[in-house]
Amino acid sequence: MTGSLTSLTLAETRDSLARKAFSARELTESYIAAVEATRPLNAFITETPERALAMAEASDQRLARGEARPLDGIPIAVKDLYCTKGVLTTAASHILDGFRPPYESTVTEKLWQAGAVMLGKANLDEFAMGSSSTTSYYGPVENPWRRPGDNCPLVPGGSSGGSAVAVAARAALAATGTDTGGSIRQPASFCGIVGLKPTYGRCSRWGVVAYASSLDQPGPMTRTVRDAAIMLRGMAGHDPKDSTSAPVPVPDYEEALTGDIRGLRIGIPLEYRAHGMNMEIENLWYRAAGWLAEAGAEIIYDISLPHTKYALPTYYIIAPAEASSNLARYDGVRFGLRVEGSTLDEMYELTRAAGFGAEVRRRVLIGTYVLSAGYYDAYYLKAQRVRALIALDFNQAFEQVDCILAPTAPSAAFAIGEKSDDPVEMYLNDVFTVPANLAGLPAISVPAGLSADGLPLGLQIIGRAFDEEGVLRVAEALEHAAQFRHLPGFIAGGR
Amino acid sequence: MSASGLIEGRTGKWETVIGLEVHAQVVSKAKLFSGAATDFGAEPNTQVSPVDAAFPGMLPVINRVCVEQAVKTGLGLEAEINLKSVFDRKNYFYPDLPAGYQISQYLQPVVGHGRVALDMPDGSTREIGITRLHLEQDAGKSLHDQHPSLTYVDLNRAGIALMEIVSEPDLRSAEEVGIYLRKLRSILRYLGTCDGNMDEGSMRCDANVSVRRPGEHYGTRCEIKNVNSVRYVMQAIEYEARRQVELIEEGGKVTQQTRLFDVAHGITRSMRSKEEAHDYRYFPDPDLLPLVLDPDWVEGLRAQLPELPDAKKARFVSDLRLSPTDAEVLVAEQASALFFERVAEGRDPKAAANWVTGDLFGALNRLRIGIEQSPVSAEQLGELIDLIADGTISGRLAKDVFAEMVATGADPAAIVENKGLRQVTDEDAIAIAIDVVLAAQVEKVAEYRAGRDKLYGFFVGQVMRATQGKANPALVNDLLRKKLAG
Repeated sequence: MTGSLTSLTLAETRDSLARKAFSARELTESYIAAVEATRPLNAFITETPERALAMAEASDQRLARGEARPLDGIPIAVKDLYCTKGVLTTAASHILDGFRPPYESTVTEKLWQAGAVMLGKANLDEFAMGSSSTTSYYGPVENPWRRPGDNCPLVPGGSSGGSAVAVAARAALAATGTDTGGSIRQPASFCGIVGLKPTYGRCSRWGVVAYASSLDQPGPMTRTVRDAAIMLRGMAGHDPKDSTSAPVPVPDYEEALTGDIRGLRIGIPLEYRAHGMNMEIENLWYRAAGWLAEAGAEIIYDISLPHTKYALPTYYIIAPAEASSNLARYDGVRFGLRVEGSTLDEMYELTRAAGFGAEVRRRVLIGTYVLSAGYYDAYYLKAQRVRALIALDFNQAFEQVDCILAPTAPSAAFAIGEKSDDPVEMYLNDVFTVPANLAGLPAISVPAGLSADGLPLGLQIIGRAFDEEGVLRVAEALEHAAQFRHLPGFIAGGR
Repeated sequence: MSASGLIEGRTGKWETVIGLEVHAQVVSKAKLFSGAATDFGAEPNTQVSPVDAAFPGMLPVINRVCVEQAVKTGLGLEAEINLKSVFDRKNYFYPDLPAGYQISQYLQPVVGHGRVALDMPDGSTREIGITRLHLEQDAGKSLHDQHPSLTYVDLNRAGIALMEIVSEPDLRSAEEVGIYLRKLRSILRYLGTCDGNMDEGSMRCDANVSVRRPGEHYGTRCEIKNVNSVRYVMQAIEYEARRQVELIEEGGKVTQQTRLFDVAHGITRSMRSKEEAHDYRYFPDPDLLPLVLDPDWVEGLRAQLPELPDAKKARFVSDLRLSPTDAEVLVAEQASALFFERVAEGRDPKAAANWVTGDLFGALNRLRIGIEQSPVSAEQLGELIDLIADGTISGRLAKDVFAEMVATGADPAAIVENKGLRQVTDEDAIAIAIDVVLAAQVEKVAEYRAGRDKLYGFFVGQVMRATQGKANPALVNDLLRKKLAG
């Protein structure tokens, strides 16, 4: 029974709740059991079953009164980067020990207002810095997928690895993620689910622990494109508390899923092939282009995004620069961890040395360096100029096409520990995802096929700013054509 | 220091070169980037939002009122208003700086070049250039005296809006600095953009000081940080200039450094050298969009600017024929100027100015209160002047009436009535009084008539005494001369 309830999509679950096929409480109980069953994957830092049940009961009451809200009774996981009032919020870092925010992030508040049910706080890379969800103070997250015939545990991708795993292993109907350089899309690709990074400014950052403010964007992670559309509507909207939030109306994204992509022009960027591309990913990419062409889209095979090769180094200057400043507040003075020292400076040093993991320290150092007097112009300022050129590339491409089809990640999921000794190797994972962050564009990863060793591979659709509707429409067509029905080896409640 | 502002050293004359950075607290109910209150004197850490305390995920949102105040100030300083400006982060670690950075404006401030005109003691005017004005957050306060080994932090001030007003290195003496600060304070108070209250820390000042031989290039400067009274700034500059001259004359070199003013000893001390200076790693705050102003909105603010001290002074001199000195004293505070104008309305401006700058200011000084708390209203002072003008009381008696007004707040007409101070204008009554006086002073009358003119004043005094000061002096003079002439 548990298995059957948790195997429904969000849209199916919503409709079943409306039909009163089962109660929100029954559903939530199934998911609480699924969360417990998923513990070996370490997807959650904090489970909140009591809160989930209380929220489910409130949903049941509204459903009974016929006052159902758009997400009533839908159990979700929240990336532990979102501040949740009174609930431990860690950013997967030791330095936030015991931190219970006295406020609720705008996005989660909207979700609760829409009736969603909080199952718990999902594990991630520390401060969202990473592509493998192995840098968490609370231990690495494990992918529910394994290579068939191989017992080697794989990474779920990162940084929203816990969120991706919760959704993929059927331990949550959906999850919130955040995407700074691919942190929603790459784990979605590694776990065989859908991950949408909205346009920068579409969802409020207020109450989300900052990594790199000009790049961070909250977004949904779901099992289907339709579910992503439903979740995004619950998360998006202008927030006067976030100056970078866009004052634009939120459409009904589900209505955009017409299935009709006839006449849409879809571009294949030449430069994305220049990275010594994995052949099976390239094959999948072209197969997908064919599917979209069959569905009536016009494929433009030679659009150019000439500054693509600079995107990764640009990202790894701008993101650490902002992070080095954003993370200065973790000083042991007001909240979280404090390690006493005999002087003020010693307290700072001991606290931050004990509180931050190696990857966070690395990025704080890089960021401090690139902002330093004498280096600022050569690194940070130049990176900002390149960033503007990358955005211009996209603007020019979008004069020619309506959206862009590209791989999400250069590989399928890799083994835990496989790339941890070489940070640059790890950073290369973000090569296809960072351009959309630098340009602030919406992009979605959709599972499109399996690798030769049986692991999911995602493809992404990148669209014009604030055209999530177009992105979702094409993504749904891709999803429909790909017919990705595979399930991971580990499913809460069994396959 | 000589009148020219030059310092006499052992080896000749030296010129002091000073540029000031004034941190003026913006008059606003809420902080620059959070909705928290800004009241002075609240219990520690009671005016702190999670934004001010830099809790995770908190974001700044610019307070429109603070921007308006900065733009108004820029307009009042006749400065360029930059329609696009940018907020930057100034990064450094300190417990009273919760985010680990201060949000400030570095390369693109909201206000550019402007000017302040100084009224010099010799009556001339000197123009001091304003380099820029930018908005920034204040830090909190570290309390080192609450515990033997711990430092406490009060974040009430953290995030309060400051305007940093930077002058060109145009000032040449401590005296000029004093005039500049008082003038700047006056303009800010007229605009209502800063209350100028130095005791509450609403205005603080950093001074960049160097010395040079007149006409030569600028010397190496030292920055004196965070001085919070005009007197201390002047003392600090006097000391620092003297120190630099002596250092150079003894063969030493001034090294660029940051210094603190030690109030107890009246000296400056080195805080850190250039090598130890922070690298603030300024970069544009990614949480805030560039600040873009609508030119029509700026022009709307310009149209609403009040008449500022310089314009008011010019008008008092040209239209009301006041002396520049009186006009300057009256316009220094907007409230004084307003008070004066109400007194002068429909009356002799000179008489009004004399009463306000003389008797009234004297009384307020003795009582240690501001003109806003004056026990005598402008209307009452006006009535008093009217009573003199229409001959009801003499100027001499008016002084007594005024003293009574200050003491009781009563209307002058009521005081005159109750105390029977009405001036005697009855010619017969005065003539009788004169006759009585002259009859009692036969010898002196004879002396006077023999040519001792100086006795005239004595007779006036006697008559006034006989009439208890109520006689109209003009009539007394008139009649007395006739009678003495025989």
